[in-house]
Amino acid sequence: MKAVFTRIENIDTDQIIPARFLKQTSREGFGKAMFHDWRYNGDGTLKPDSIFAPYEGASVEDKPRILVAGRNFGCGSSREHAAWAIADYGFTAVVSSFFADIFRNNALNNMLLPVQVSGEFLEKIFTALQQDPETSIEIDLAARRIIIVSTGEWECFPIGEYKQNCLLNGQRDIDYLVSTKGLVESFEKERK
Amino acid sequence: MAARTLFDKIWDAHIVQEISDRKEYDPAAPQSITQLYIDRHFIHEVTSPQAFTGLKEKGLKPFRPGQTFATADHNIPTMGQDKPIEDDSCRIPVETLGRNCEEHGIKYFRMLDPGHGIVHVIGPERGITQPGMTIVCGDSHTATHGAFGSIAFGIGTSEVEMVLASQTLLQNKPRQMRITINGSLKENVTPKDVILYIISKVGTAGGTGHFVEYAGDVFRNMSMEGRMTVCNMSIEMGARGGLVAPDSTTFEYLRGREYAPQGEAFEAAVERWSTLHTDKGAAFDKEYTFKAEDIAPMITYGTDPGRGMPLDGTIPQCDGSGRKGLQYMGFREGEKLIGKKIDYVFVGSCTNGRIEDFRAFANYVKGKKKSPDVTVWLVPGSAEVERKIREEGLLEILNEAGFELRQPGCSACLAMNSDKVPSGKYCLSTSNRNFEGRQGTGARTMLCSPIVAAAAAVSGKISHI
Repeated sequence: MKAVFTRIENIDTDQIIPARFLKQTSREGFGKAMFHDWRYNGDGTLKPDSIFAPYEGASVEDKPRILVAGRNFGCGSSREHAAWAIADYGFTAVVSSFFADIFRNNALNNMLLPVQVSGEFLEKIFTALQQDPETSIEIDLAARRIIIVSTGEWECFPIGEYKQNCLLNGQRDIDYLVSTKGLVESFEKERK
Repeated sequence: MAARTLFDKIWDAHIVQEISDRKEYDPAAPQSITQLYIDRHFIHEVTSPQAFTGLKEKGLKPFRPGQTFATADHNIPTMGQDKPIEDDSCRIPVETLGRNCEEHGIKYFRMLDPGHGIVHVIGPERGITQPGMTIVCGDSHTATHGAFGSIAFGIGTSEVEMVLASQTLLQNKPRQMRITINGSLKENVTPKDVILYIISKVGTAGGTGHFVEYAGDVFRNMSMEGRMTVCNMSIEMGARGGLVAPDSTTFEYLRGREYAPQGEAFEAAVERWSTLHTDKGAAFDKEYTFKAEDIAPMITYGTDPGRGMPLDGTIPQCDGSGRKGLQYMGFREGEKLIGKKIDYVFVGSCTNGRIEDFRAFANYVKGKKKSPDVTVWLVPGSAEVERKIREEGLLEILNEAGFELRQPGCSACLAMNSDKVPSGKYCLSTSNRNFEGRQGTGARTMLCSPIVAAAAAVSGKISHI
């Protein structure tokens, strides 16, 4: 799958989606505002040196599917709009050497896979993409493995069995939680 | 029973069940995920509309609407709150929240209500936040409520929906960190300086995956307002939350508050709350110890809250991301910030919008005059803070010095409402985040305490206090 990368670390959710775009009351369409101030000048014209510039106006098939970024991705505000925006743009996974906790949960709850790799492997991905922007990255969730196709280098990434199954089978926490209502009611009774 | 931390005690009391979550790649990691019961749920207009829509789509209703409390704070104007909100994009989310609360019987502190204000200011003020509770809100600064000895953390909108639907969440138990600071703080060193100092040492990701317990003399001697300022910014070092063991300061703060237990029930609660402390010998995954005497009034120079230094310090050498931040700020390594002209001062937010913050600001500006070159926004965190500012005579002091008071809301902390700092302008802010564009596109934020902000509001530049 096609990937796009930035070495910038500590990318906060205000960068991913500035607060002024959070006013919509539905979940859809936030991709337009994803990394807005990285992509657009104040007058709305495109910034030609943005990492997303080559894909502006491209069809979904031609857009990158994997976002690779420096460590501590998604820190700051808990806004799930950040995960919605990244998924809505067309990304299916974000790769970094470290994720902020709330972003990681938000991503998983939206079937956007946070792939945490070692600092060394992240550097390998950066190098491969720098040398050839068309370098393909494959992610095998069942095997918990990420592969740089051109070099064959790979690494396993951490994900608990519970979330792995949720993602593989398209199950959501909420459906399970609602099914435990009886259990929750007895918990409430017992603690009184 | 094995020695447990304060966090363990609260967590254990809220486990509905453990679900298998094997991690073959790391046998040392928790092999289960916890279904955690949530006592209190706060909601606001930005992160809740999609949760209610989700419920409706699934044919669900809030399971325990009496445990959810709502306020509108992010989008609202801080002047003219008696008039309709002009901007549709701000008005619609606020109206949506009102409608959702009405439909489901959720207590809503609407604008102009005497209990209205920023979610993390009013929860404690109303006595809704209590020791030993689990508390969540679709807002990362939910960590604030940990000041009462509760497990409080920010969640996303999907999780807001889960809490509405089931009053529970699935959570991996976080690791635990303790930060101990003993000794006495120097003059003019405030809780804000303490937390900015901690973040500058631990780093913006140092707390990720952890809950932090703040321990030692400094926190014991701190007021509830101060503890809230500290816990509030736990997220800025990556931690999910922070907490302080409840003590007589906590109990006296809560006594008589609207939603706190009353009379005999209060005394019984105090007895229960008094058991909430870390046992001797309980283990933490990480420990930090700092000395109170080493902490000076702080200011940030970069674009993450970890880039802090003493007010009279020199900007240190930075790494790549740090240099990008300096470029944005228009600063250089080796430069001092003292004496730099500023354009805006913002006092408010869930970090420093409480009565103590306005007392400190008013105390400094008393008998002085506002600089004509600076725009100053003084925004109380709640209607109750606003009332106290009037009752305590602080408003007269502020007015005499040339300052005006706005109405409660999140205001310039996050540029979602009409209070925005223009591009390229410098703002000395008592809020929590100095991220690029946080206070407005291109706005340059420096974080500090209300006293450092007051000195700049008077002199027009970053000044010694």
